[in-house]
Amino acid sequence: MHAQTLSGGFETPPVDSAHAFRAVMEAMARPGQIKDISGAQPPAPLSAAAGSVLLTLCDTDTPIYLAGDADTDDVRAWLAFHTGAPLTGPSQAMFAVGRWEALVPLQGYQIGTSEYPDRSATLIVECTELTTSGANLSGPGIKSRAALSLPELDAFQSNRGLFPLGLDFIFTCGGQVAALPRSTIVSAPEGAMEVS
Amino acid sequence: MTEYNFAYLDEQTKRMIRRAILKGLAIPGYQVPFASREMPMPYGWGTGGVQVSAAVLTPEDRFKVIDQGADDTTNAVSIRSFFERTAGVATTTTTSEASVIQTRHRVPEEALTEDQILVYQVPIPEPLRFLEPRESETRKMHSLEEYGLMHVKLYEDIARHGHIATSYAYPVKVEGRYVMDPSPIPKFDNPKLGNMPAIQLFGAGREQRIYALPPYTQVVSLDFEDHPFEASKADHSCGLCGATDSYLDEVITDDQGGRMFVCSDTDYCEGRRAAGFFGEMSAENPSAPTMTTQRNLEFQT
Repeated sequence: MHAQTLSGGFETPPVDSAHAFRAVMEAMARPGQIKDISGAQPPAPLSAAAGSVLLTLCDTDTPIYLAGDADTDDVRAWLAFHTGAPLTGPSQAMFAVGRWEALVPLQGYQIGTSEYPDRSATLIVECTELTTSGANLSGPGIKSRAALSLPELDAFQSNRGLFPLGLDFIFTCGGQVAALPRSTIVSAPEGAMEVS
Repeated sequence: MTEYNFAYLDEQTKRMIRRAILKGLAIPGYQVPFASREMPMPYGWGTGGVQVSAAVLTPEDRFKVIDQGADDTTNAVSIRSFFERTAGVATTTTTSEASVIQTRHRVPEEALTEDQILVYQVPIPEPLRFLEPRESETRKMHSLEEYGLMHVKLYEDIARHGHIATSYAYPVKVEGRYVMDPSPIPKFDNPKLGNMPAIQLFGAGREQRIYALPPYTQVVSLDFEDHPFEASKADHSCGLCGATDSYLDEVITDDQGGRMFVCSDTDYCEGRRAAGFFGEMSAENPSAPTMTTQRNLEFQT
């Protein structure tokens, strides 16, 4: 067993996960705000932020889908040791992690049922950059306006159309985290030309 | 082993609660089921709020607990010391100094900020429960947005009393979708729920539900065009600090019909008195009747 598999977890799990959760919760409650998150050093290609989110929220009760590049032996072994979470495909996953191109199409994930809309997947999207510019956001958690660099618009707009069903997104980049709950209304950046 | 795990709960339980909180924030007003644990206090004493607080607290937080607005009643004192002991967090009774506030049935008078989190203790999270006892039916009613029954209930209030007589746990609609029980806060507090800068989390331990309001969420108290919602309070000023804008408790002072109205938010009242305000029954009031002053002094000790 590689030493890397055993290391890279939270130093003091109760305190580190409390800090990481507060970052994720603030991000989910205030779409468009970017928070610092740290504590985990997962094997490549996972970012420290994605690793910290996984350690904070995942355990044996939460099937995880590793999409594309994220599905490596090192990542599998690291998750197995630190979380014990079962690995699965998109249709059974409560959490999915990977780059946006690998996670789409979104149709395969659980969006909840009308009586239990909470039984839906949360997608952890690994980004190369995360900035507060780009798509315009409005809705719960946003005072007047917010913006976030989203990989695309259409997918998030049709996800909003499913409300109260739908997917929730956590964006990770290095040591930073942002989120987009299903309740957020996404529109094109102001002044941007329609892409033909 | 003499030490508790940070904030009492084991880590797997906290992860489960944290997942529920995130889904609750993503679907404002929707009640997320969670596997509520037995806590070292009876159901009805805030076990839901305690579990939510335990999942949210970090060692750097400053924690405040209020019970019907007061920092010094049994429930507030015991929960505050519970977290002092199991999480080692600093505590305070000053609203503006607290980063996490757990509350039973009140929203603090002082406006909350973006750096604060308000955790409500909820006895019955289902606003439709007394109209429809079956959980399977109320789930269906929420999924179909079938809230006519709630309006019938409010209408029956008007038919019987001439006005909407519901004065606490007054139902609200969140972002035009879910009807939500704001917990048994007086309807005086309802207008504070909408557009609040702080995150609001609701925990019901016995009923095993968590729900949430993200900041700046639209929260509308249900009403009718000809009977608009009205945030009501006792038509008096606080006997101790003279405040006319705060929610008041009626306190019986003797068996001769003597009574006084005082702020239910003790921190707000103390802050005003420290700033030099006083009410007509306050000991500092030179024009207060002697009898009353005497009685009032006894009451304060």
